[in-house]
Amino acid sequence: MAVDANPNPAASVTALRGFFDGDVWHSFRSSPVAIAAAVIALIFFVCALFADVIAPHNPFDLATLELMDSLKPPAWIDGGEPKYLLGTDGQGRDILSALMYGARISLLVGVASVLLSIVIGVGLGLLAGFVGGRTDAFIMRLCDVMLSFPSILVALMISGVGRSLFPNAPDALAFVVLVLAIALTGWVQYARTVRGSTLVERNKEYVQAARVIGVGPLRIMWRHVLPNVMGPVLVLATIQIASAIITEATLSFLGVGVPVTSPSLGTLIRNGNDTLFSGEWWITAWPSLTLVLITLSVNLLGDWLRDALNPRLR
Amino acid sequence: MLVFILRRLVQAVVVMLSVAFIAFMLFQYVGDPVNNLLGQDATEAQRIALRKDLGLDQPFPVQFARFAANAVQGEFGISLRQGRKVSALIVERFPATLELALVAGLIALLLGIPLGVYAALRRGKASAQLLMAGTLFGVSLPNFVIGIVLIWMFAVELKWLPSFGRGDVVSFGAWTSGLLTRDGLLHLVLPAITLSAFQLTLIMRLVRAEMLEVLRTDYIRFARARGLTDRSVYFGHALKNTLVPVITITGLQLGSLIAFAIITEQVFQWPGMGLLFIQAVQFADIPVMAAYLCLISLIFVVINLGVDLLYFAVDPRLRVEGKAH
Amino acid sequence: MSEPLLEVSHLRVEFPTRHGTLLALDDISFAIAPGEILGVVGESGAGKSLTGAAIIGLLDPPGRIAAGEIKLAGRRIDNLPYEQMRRVRGREIGAVFQDPLTSLNPLYTVGQQLVETIMTHLDLTAAQARARAIELLASTGIPAPEARVDQYPHQFSGGMRQRVVIALALAASPKLIVADEPTTALDVSIQAQIIALLKMVCREQGAAVMLVTHDMGVIAETCDRVAVMYAGRIAEIGPVADVIHRPAHPYTVGLMGSIPAMDGDRERLLQIDGAMPRLNAIPPGCAFNPRCPRVVDRCRAERPELASVGATSAACWRPVEVVR
Repeated sequence: MAVDANPNPAASVTALRGFFDGDVWHSFRSSPVAIAAAVIALIFFVCALFADVIAPHNPFDLATLELMDSLKPPAWIDGGEPKYLLGTDGQGRDILSALMYGARISLLVGVASVLLSIVIGVGLGLLAGFVGGRTDAFIMRLCDVMLSFPSILVALMISGVGRSLFPNAPDALAFVVLVLAIALTGWVQYARTVRGSTLVERNKEYVQAARVIGVGPLRIMWRHVLPNVMGPVLVLATIQIASAIITEATLSFLGVGVPVTSPSLGTLIRNGNDTLFSGEWWITAWPSLTLVLITLSVNLLGDWLRDALNPRLR
Repeated sequence: MLVFILRRLVQAVVVMLSVAFIAFMLFQYVGDPVNNLLGQDATEAQRIALRKDLGLDQPFPVQFARFAANAVQGEFGISLRQGRKVSALIVERFPATLELALVAGLIALLLGIPLGVYAALRRGKASAQLLMAGTLFGVSLPNFVIGIVLIWMFAVELKWLPSFGRGDVVSFGAWTSGLLTRDGLLHLVLPAITLSAFQLTLIMRLVRAEMLEVLRTDYIRFARARGLTDRSVYFGHALKNTLVPVITITGLQLGSLIAFAIITEQVFQWPGMGLLFIQAVQFADIPVMAAYLCLISLIFVVINLGVDLLYFAVDPRLRVEGKAH
Repeated sequence: MSEPLLEVSHLRVEFPTRHGTLLALDDISFAIAPGEILGVVGESGAGKSLTGAAIIGLLDPPGRIAAGEIKLAGRRIDNLPYEQMRRVRGREIGAVFQDPLTSLNPLYTVGQQLVETIMTHLDLTAAQARARAIELLASTGIPAPEARVDQYPHQFSGGMRQRVVIALALAASPKLIVADEPTTALDVSIQAQIIALLKMVCREQGAAVMLVTHDMGVIAETCDRVAVMYAGRIAEIGPVADVIHRPAHPYTVGLMGSIPAMDGDRERLLQIDGAMPRLNAIPPGCAFNPRCPRVVDRCRAERPELASVGATSAACWRPVEVVR
C-alpha cells in the first residue's frame, strides 16, 4: 500500500469535473439570471484583460490627447463624436477607453486581494483546525476581533499606515499595500469555514491512519482537507470579489486607493464628481454604471453558485 | 450572569489595550512623536524640552503606559494638518457623525424590519420577489455611488435638496445639533438615506431569512394547531422570535454605520469625524488617526457589550435561574 | 357505532411535484366514536402523520386533499375556509406533537401560552383564563402549578413539557385530540407516565383521541381500536385485542410476529422481506403484494377494499382466517 495513497484517488480532478458535469452545470443552464450575469461578467473580464487591444484610444498616452476634445458628451448627444463613443473628460481622455483600463485595474486588484485573502484565510484555518489548542483559540479570537471591525476601517488604517511609512512609495508598492489592505479585511470567512471542515476531517479514520503511518500534516491537509472545502470557498470567493472591488473603488474614490497614474473605476468616479454640478454627467455616470454592473453580475453569480452547491436544496 | 459580565469586561479591556498598543506604535514609530504632540511649528527648544519630558529614553512599557494614560484622558496631541488639539477636533466633529449615524440607523430599522417581514409573509408573490431583487441590487451598490446618484437627482436636476455640508446647527454647550432647524434637517436627508441604504438591505434580508426560519418551527405549527389567529401567530409569536437575533445584529451594525459614515461624509462633505479621518489618512496625520482608532474601538467595544447585555434581557433561556425540573 | 365523532371517508392526499403527482394517502376511511381512543400504527412513511395533519387542516403545501371527506360531529371540515377551520382547531380538535422541546415558544411563559389559547377560544376574562390555566396544569400532573405557570419552557424537563403540551391541547376542551407520536421523543421511563396521563385526561374530559405512533406497546396499553397503515392505505382496522392477537392482514401478522415477547418461546423474530414501497413506486393491486407470503394473482391486479374478517376489517383478498 503506497504511503501517501489518497483514498479519493482523483479527488481534485473529480471535484473539478463534478463541477462541470451534472447538477451544477444543469442548474446554470436553466437559470437565465445566472447566464445573463455570467455573460456580463465575462464581457467585462474580456474587455479588462484585452484593454490594450480592444480600447479605441489609449487614455494614458499623453501624446494622443487633444485638449480640444475635452468634455465632449456621448456620441448620441449634440456635440458628441462617434470617435469618443461615451464622451471625454476634462483632459480629452476617451471615457470608453478609460473605462476598460479602469475596469482592468479594478478587477486586477479585486481578484488579487481575494486570492491573497484565500491564501491567508485557508492557511490560518487549516492551522487552527489541525493544530488545535491555543493556536486555534488565538486564531479564533483574532477572527472575532477582526469581524467586529468594519472592513472599510481596516483597509483605511492599513492604507494610512502604509502611506505614512512610505510617503514617496513607487506605484508598485502602493498596489501591494492596497491589495494587502483589502485582503486583510476578507480572510476571516475562509479561516472559519476551513477550520470547521478541518476539524471534521481531522477525526476521520483515513486521516488518523495517515498520521499513524507517518504522513506529514501538511500533506494531509493539502490532499484530504482541501478538496472538501473548495466548494464553500468558491462561493465565498465569488461573493468576496464583488465586495473587494467595491472596497477598492471606495478607497480610490476617497483618494487613498490606487495611485493616480493607474486610475481604477473608483478614481474615475472621483474625477468625474467634480464636474457633476456643471452638467458633465457622463464622466461619473459611465464608470459608476460599469462598477455597479460588474458587482451586480458577480453577486448574482455568487448567489446562484451558493444555491447550486447547497446540498440541502438539491 | 455576573461572571459573564465580568468576563466580557475583561475581554473589552484586553481589546482596548491592544488597540491602544497599535495606536501607540503608530504614534511612536510612524512619524515623529514630538511632531505629533507639538505640531510642526514648535521651536527647537520646545522639542528638546518635550523629548525630555516624554522620556523618550525611558523603557518601552513606561512610554506605553504614559500614552495609554493620556489616551484615557483624551489627550492625543496636536493634529499635524490643522495644528489644533486632536481632542478638540474630535469633540467638535463627533455630534455630526453621531446624528448622521443614528438617523441612518433609524431609517434602516424602521423600513427594513417591516419590509423584511412583508417579504417573508408574502413569499413567492411578485412584490416580495421584487423586493428581494432590490436588495441584491442594494448590496451591489457602493455607498458613494448611491450618494452621487442621489446628489445628481435631487440636488443637481431637481434642486430639491442641498448636497453638502450640515446646514444651520444649534449649539448646546459642546454639542451641535442639526435636528432642530429646518435647514439642518434638509441637509440631513440625502446623507442619511445614502448611509442607511446598505444597512437597510442587510436588515431586510436578515429579517426575511429569520422569519422564514421561524415560520418553519414546531412551535409555530403548534400555535396554528391551537387555532391561534394569524395575527397572533405572525406578530405575537413569529415576529418576537425573529427580532431577538435581528436586534442584536443590528446593534452591532450601529458601529459599522459610524465607520461607513466616512464614505458618506466624504461624498457630502459632511463635517464629521469620518471626513476628519479621511483627511488625516490622506495627509498622514498620525495623531488624528490614532485618536480616531481608539475612539472607534471604544465605541465598538461598548456597543458589543451593550448588545450582549441586551441578549440577556430579551432571551429568557439565558437567564439561567432554576435548573430544569 | 352511534353517531361517530370523526368520520373520514375516502380521503386522498396528493403532493404535486415536478416529477409528477405523488399519492400520499389513497382512499383512507375510518371513524372515531366520541370518547374512543383510536391508534394509528405503521412504519415511517406509511402516512400516519399525514392523516393527522389532514384532519387538523395543516397539510404542508404543496400537499392537498384531492378527494374524500372529513366530518367532525356530522359537519364537513375538510373544505372549510381558513378562518373557520382556525376556529375548529383548538376548540374542537386539539393537537399534541412529537417533540416537546420544540413545541413551545421559548420566549413566552407557559402561562402566557395557555392564557392566549384559552382566551382565543373561550369567552373568559384574563383572570379567569389564568385560573383555568393553573387548573389545567394541575390536571396534567404538574406540581405547584401556581408557581410554575409563570415559568418558561426551558425550565421544565422533557416529560413536564409534554404535560404542558397536553394541557395546551386540552385548553379549550376539544372533543378530539390528534396526538402525533407524543411519546417518541421522551425517555422510556417517562413514556408510560405520559401515555397514562393522556388516557386519563381524555377519559375525564370525554375527548376522543387519534393516537399516531409506531410503538405497538403503546397501542396495546392505551387504545380501544387500532388502524394499521401501509403505503398510504389502511391495511387493517379493528378492536385492539383482536388486531393484536388475531390479525387478519398478512402485514399485520408480520408486524405482530416481529415484536419480541418476553414470555413464551424465544423463537426467531419474524421478518418481513423487502421494504415498504416509496410513494412513487407503489405496485398495482394490493400495495403489500411483493412482500406478502400469501400472495395470489388477484392481489397483483385488483386493489382490495376493507372487508370484515372476524372481529376486524382487513383490506386483503386472502386474509388469515384464524381461530387461535
